[in-house]
Amino acid sequence: MLAEILTGLSGLTEGVQFLFTLGGLKNVVMLLIAGVLLYLGVKKEVEPLLLVPIGFGCLLANIPMSELMHQGIDTGARQVFEIIGTPDAAKALMKEDTGFLRSIYNAGIANELFPLLIFIGIGAMTDFGPLLENPKILLFGAAGQCGIFLTLLLALALGFPHLQAVSIAIIGACDGPTAIYVASQYAPELLGPISVAAYSYMALVPIIQPPIMKALTTHKERTTHMPKVKRTVSPTVKVVFPIVVTIVTGLIAPKGLPLMGAIMLGNFMREAGVVARLTKASENEIANIATLFLGIAIGATMGAEAFLKPTTLTIFALGFVAICLDTVVGVLFGKLWYLLSGGKINPLIGAAGISAYPMAARVVQTQGQRYDKHNFLLMHAMGANTGGQIGSVAAAAVMLSVLKGMGLI
Amino acid sequence: MDKLAFGVTMMVIGIGGTFFTLAILIWSIQLLKKLFPLTAEDGGKSKQS
Repeated sequence: MLAEILTGLSGLTEGVQFLFTLGGLKNVVMLLIAGVLLYLGVKKEVEPLLLVPIGFGCLLANIPMSELMHQGIDTGARQVFEIIGTPDAAKALMKEDTGFLRSIYNAGIANELFPLLIFIGIGAMTDFGPLLENPKILLFGAAGQCGIFLTLLLALALGFPHLQAVSIAIIGACDGPTAIYVASQYAPELLGPISVAAYSYMALVPIIQPPIMKALTTHKERTTHMPKVKRTVSPTVKVVFPIVVTIVTGLIAPKGLPLMGAIMLGNFMREAGVVARLTKASENEIANIATLFLGIAIGATMGAEAFLKPTTLTIFALGFVAICLDTVVGVLFGKLWYLLSGGKINPLIGAAGISAYPMAARVVQTQGQRYDKHNFLLMHAMGANTGGQIGSVAAAAVMLSVLKGMGLI
Repeated sequence: MDKLAFGVTMMVIGIGGTFFTLAILIWSIQLLKKLFPLTAEDGGKSKQS
């Protein structure tokens, strides 16, 4: 009788006992990291929409013996095993169910669905008007992606395999869904650190960019005024634009079509104006639900064994370098344009050529006004920033298509 | 493929391809603006965006 009671009690104490083992110590560290993520999200409001679910997902995944990320055998496989007949050991395995977090992961990360749903919402929220008024500013969106490719070289030099290096470099897109989309396909083992780095640095753009912008520009350049943006774009152009972008980028870089197609579908619905309910749902309910599950599933990938490695710190360092390099190249490109245009372009705009929308544009506006209170750069910066959104997806699409051309994917 | 060749190839084609793609888009937007100009019905040319 006593033996039965003790055996029964062991079911209640297994988790606590595990925490006091060497393996359990790693879980304790991860629970602390989950606490830090939740603190940053809740108390400091650093990307709370992402860090709160990521932090809680990390918390759930690191409670010992919970098996929430356990991969069971699906119904189809069970039926096959029953037909062909299986030994007892296999029958025992067949009884294991897929964990709650693994189900969410399989439902939307493993098949890339959640990032794409979020992209539909982003497209529905984005006004490409300022970009369409001055389309040449789209080139800032290309310059702002150079950090991706420079970081790729660094990651390769540090010994990362080809596809891991590509996935790490994509942090430089400054675009969470794109980073998740690429990492989930080509380096799922690094998904946790890459996602957390991508979203953390996006939130830190107002801290990372200003010193670089100041260091690379003169006072005269920073105080350059740009003419007010005048409305020259018809509603028809705004409606046709997403279709043209989808076709052009789809033809050049078809591997990135899901990303570009999703963002442009959202934008087409917004500009067409005839599906207000769908647009509203895309930018609210659908994007919110996808964000919640995406965050939880990413947090769930932050298991102790996968996350507590030296490579995690390297990934964070490379992500930081990528975003710094994006800003450096963007501002230098702005300086070149300033020279070529005879001083008509404020080089600070170059810093907005990344995908962190609208944060990067606000940083440019704030920095412009810091040196001249009468300088209004916001609309131009918004143009460059939306260009950065297209540029980041285009860069990822080009990268994936080149990888396919090389036969690596 | 060795890492140096891979990295340089990705950088050259990646940056070049991104600029090329966006340059085509710029040209496309300019063409669209010519094909569908802003008319008086749309609100005129002097409004702020």
